[in-house]
Amino acid sequence: MPVYFLEIIVVSLGIIMLLVDAFVKLEDKRSIAWLGMLGLLVTLGLLFRVQWPESTESPFWDFYTTGDQMALYFKGIAILTTLVVLVMATSYTPIIVEQTAPPEKGAHPQSGLGEFFALPLFACAGLMLMASANHLVSIFVALETVTIAFYVMVAYLRRNVGSLEAGVKYLILGALSTGFLVYGFAWLYGMTGSMQLDEIKTALSSDSVNVTGSLFAFALILVALAFKVGGAPFHFWIPDVYQGAPTPITAFLSVGSKAAGFIVLLRLIDPFLSSGELVGKVVLAITVIAVLTLIVGNLSALPQKNFKRLLAYSSVAHAGFLLMALACTPTADEAGAMLSPAKVIAFYLGAYLLMTLLAFLVMTVVRTSVAGEELTSYKGLAKRSPFLAFAMIIAMASLAGIPLTAGFFGKFFVFQLAVQQQQWILLAVGLIGAGAGFYYYLKIAASMFLSEESPKDDVSAIPVGSLARFTMIVLIIAIILGGLNPNLIMGLLS
Amino acid sequence: MSYLEIIVFLPLIAAIAIGLGAPARFTALGAAAIAFIVSLIVAIQFNTNVEGAVQFASSHTLMEMEGFPTLSLAFGIDGISLVLLLLATLVMLAAVLVSPPENDIKGSAKLYYLSLLLIGGGAIGAFTATDLFFLYAFHELALIPTFLMIGIFGHGENRVRTAWTITVYLGVGSLILLVGLIMAVFALGGSTFAIADLIAIAKNPETGIDPGQQTWIFAFLLVGFGALVSLFPFHSWAAPAYAEAPAPVAMLHAGVLKKFGLYGLIRIAMPIVPEGMAALLNVVLVLLLGNIIYIGLVTIAQKKLDRMLGSSSVMHMGYVFLGLATMNQLGVSGAVLLMFAHGVSIALLFALCGWIREKYGTVSFEELGGIASHLPKLGLLFAFAAFASAGLPGFANFAAEVSVFFGAFKETGDSLGWLQWTTIIALWGVVISAVYMLRAFRNLFLGTPEEKMKTPTDMTMAARLPYFLLLATLIAVGFVPEILNQFIRPAVEGLFLTTAG
Repeated sequence: MPVYFLEIIVVSLGIIMLLVDAFVKLEDKRSIAWLGMLGLLVTLGLLFRVQWPESTESPFWDFYTTGDQMALYFKGIAILTTLVVLVMATSYTPIIVEQTAPPEKGAHPQSGLGEFFALPLFACAGLMLMASANHLVSIFVALETVTIAFYVMVAYLRRNVGSLEAGVKYLILGALSTGFLVYGFAWLYGMTGSMQLDEIKTALSSDSVNVTGSLFAFALILVALAFKVGGAPFHFWIPDVYQGAPTPITAFLSVGSKAAGFIVLLRLIDPFLSSGELVGKVVLAITVIAVLTLIVGNLSALPQKNFKRLLAYSSVAHAGFLLMALACTPTADEAGAMLSPAKVIAFYLGAYLLMTLLAFLVMTVVRTSVAGEELTSYKGLAKRSPFLAFAMIIAMASLAGIPLTAGFFGKFFVFQLAVQQQQWILLAVGLIGAGAGFYYYLKIAASMFLSEESPKDDVSAIPVGSLARFTMIVLIIAIILGGLNPNLIMGLLS
Repeated sequence: MSYLEIIVFLPLIAAIAIGLGAPARFTALGAAAIAFIVSLIVAIQFNTNVEGAVQFASSHTLMEMEGFPTLSLAFGIDGISLVLLLLATLVMLAAVLVSPPENDIKGSAKLYYLSLLLIGGGAIGAFTATDLFFLYAFHELALIPTFLMIGIFGHGENRVRTAWTITVYLGVGSLILLVGLIMAVFALGGSTFAIADLIAIAKNPETGIDPGQQTWIFAFLLVGFGALVSLFPFHSWAAPAYAEAPAPVAMLHAGVLKKFGLYGLIRIAMPIVPEGMAALLNVVLVLLLGNIIYIGLVTIAQKKLDRMLGSSSVMHMGYVFLGLATMNQLGVSGAVLLMFAHGVSIALLFALCGWIREKYGTVSFEELGGIASHLPKLGLLFAFAAFASAGLPGFANFAAEVSVFFGAFKETGDSLGWLQWTTIIALWGVVISAVYMLRAFRNLFLGTPEEKMKTPTDMTMAARLPYFLLLATLIAVGFVPEILNQFIRPAVEGLFLTTAG
């Protein structure tokens, strides 16, 4: 099966879900989500059966990479994320209905739910296309497909002011960053005369490259992509949007959007790094952003009292570690003996997917029984639902980077790169950040286990759907196995 | 499955079983007892004639990847690891035995025993792993359980704060250690995590690390391992944590887990970066005097038994560092023996402290007194433990401290060097520990009982078992140090054999 069928399947699936929502009379609209999950599972299986084209003559392949395992890996990340997001969305149903239900009588009690399940599919298709895009145009189209789907999803809870506010903020800042990106692309095209990444790479590597113009293009692109992945100082939208958006969408933003942002960043930066004239300044710029992101993300997370905001800053912090890996790009002659930053980033994102989705999944389930997402809402959780508390503690341990979890190897690889590249400043800042991480990730554990509950608190067990429970168990096992043998994830890359 | 794998994985499997609903105390006790018995079998079968080689080795390669060291789940022991393995399983068994019955635990008994097993299992794994990665990883396994144990089941108003302090302290210490280890592994070519191979590469003059870099790596390792073992000035987490932790956790942490830092220095820092260690030796000497003299004086000033024991355990680490600093066979053997002796004696003292707290509701010197007048047997037991800890002849601690001191003076020429002067000052620490131990004994057990004190009944015979187990070990090793020295000697000789060659 040709590789681009995957995107077509996912888009068709999304359209079918919308049609089912419109034309089939359903008692429970969550059936649409089951349909989507089933389709995504099949797509995930098809991912291992793709065929690369025999000839890449057709102009299509100017827009789409070929023979690229990394692209498949990131497509897998997109599909998996969407799958878990749908699981979360089904658990989150009561809240969506409550905050979107139309005031008029006679409507379906779950009206407006179907689109919430279908929209992630379109974002997913965009993310998958982004993983394979190797032309400025296809990158842009894919990026906008994703972003526009997210504009809708972030503001989905239309009777919730927080969600609407988040939507507006995301829209305005997102549009601004798109502007930067397009302007950067225009400059890049102007400097190199091509929009195809391979040709751009050749043009930038030549001696006659216009250094100032290319760096300007790079700066604009970096600003736009730092916005997408949450690099400081372009991270200001993240806490507000994460807090306001429906929790499943926050998870989707935090994992899917970040992963796609990084694959684009990797692809766009590669031509600059292979240019002898530019590489020094490019690495310096990334180093500065990485240092800022590590400091801002980790230190701002320390005083947070809202769990979603805490995870928002944690997501900024993790972007810092990923940028740190990117800043440790080896020169061409060192590359053989080292792990490539691209691989490290891919692994880190795989581990990040597991642990972040686990945390958000637990959060979603808890949210159905406990109003509010403050850290204090989680007090006594260990007594009410030991399993949820256990799942959360595994997620937090992995995010903090405690050994025998997948998250530890992510940090290990990044530190390893920094030691090998002798980036001591980055290493020092990374250490401070990881140390701060111990504190803020354990805060949630402290809230679950250590706080005294008052007698009037509800102590009944929180109901966990069997699908959500199953997903949690799978994620926990994957986190621990990834922490014992990172090759289980790394192996997917080769 | 090799014997070692059984010992390492049994506590972890038991912990999972408890999590899934197995009876907590019964499962924990069973796992601890079997682990102890199997470790005794291992000790009996251990061949003491092999110098420095790893025995009972098993290895499963997990990952080979370009640009990343080979990672294997590998276990094996030499004499040093064996002694610490015995310590770990012995103290774990005692700690589970002195843990309260399930109904007496406020909160989840499952969580209590599960955490206890994870702390013990983490220590066992760290001492038996021959792969650097797992050596580090197993130690970290204990981090979160310790946090929960102190935070939930600890006593005192500040227990949550204390739980935070120890976790963040040890977490950051481990991170610094991690950087040191990464630097060491990649300075040695970054091809493997197997400790034996790393040492072989380091010993080869062509592939060893150059001295300037060794100093840096040793500095990281010293701070990292030092924070884990409460080396002055990274000690401030230890005393409050041990004072406020439940007795079994204090036993396991002070007695066993803390030794990991020292074990790491012996196992990794000494053979891989010997020149770095030599370059920073004087720094180590100054810091260890901080442990012995400064913390010793702090210990004298304590007004509660639990605080005093916590501080004293920090203080005694200074002697182990002194043993390492001698960098000769006698001194290092003494240090290893002292790790064992201190581990057993402090576990015994913390167990007794826990019992006193449970029965009297306090461990303050001012509120207690004259316990021996109605519980003479307990008084005797405590006296033995206190004398052992202070290093009276006849106990394992004495045998160990003597060889540390002899080691320090082994290679003196005509004049005394830094090491010898340090030792002369450190000897005063023996006086200090006699002072605080005897004062504690006098305040608690002698004199007339305070009026408001309760008069609990003495322990039952069954409840005495863990205490006797620990005390008998101390006395047996004290009279016949050869029981353990037969294991330690060839291992330490092997250590220096490779160091020289």
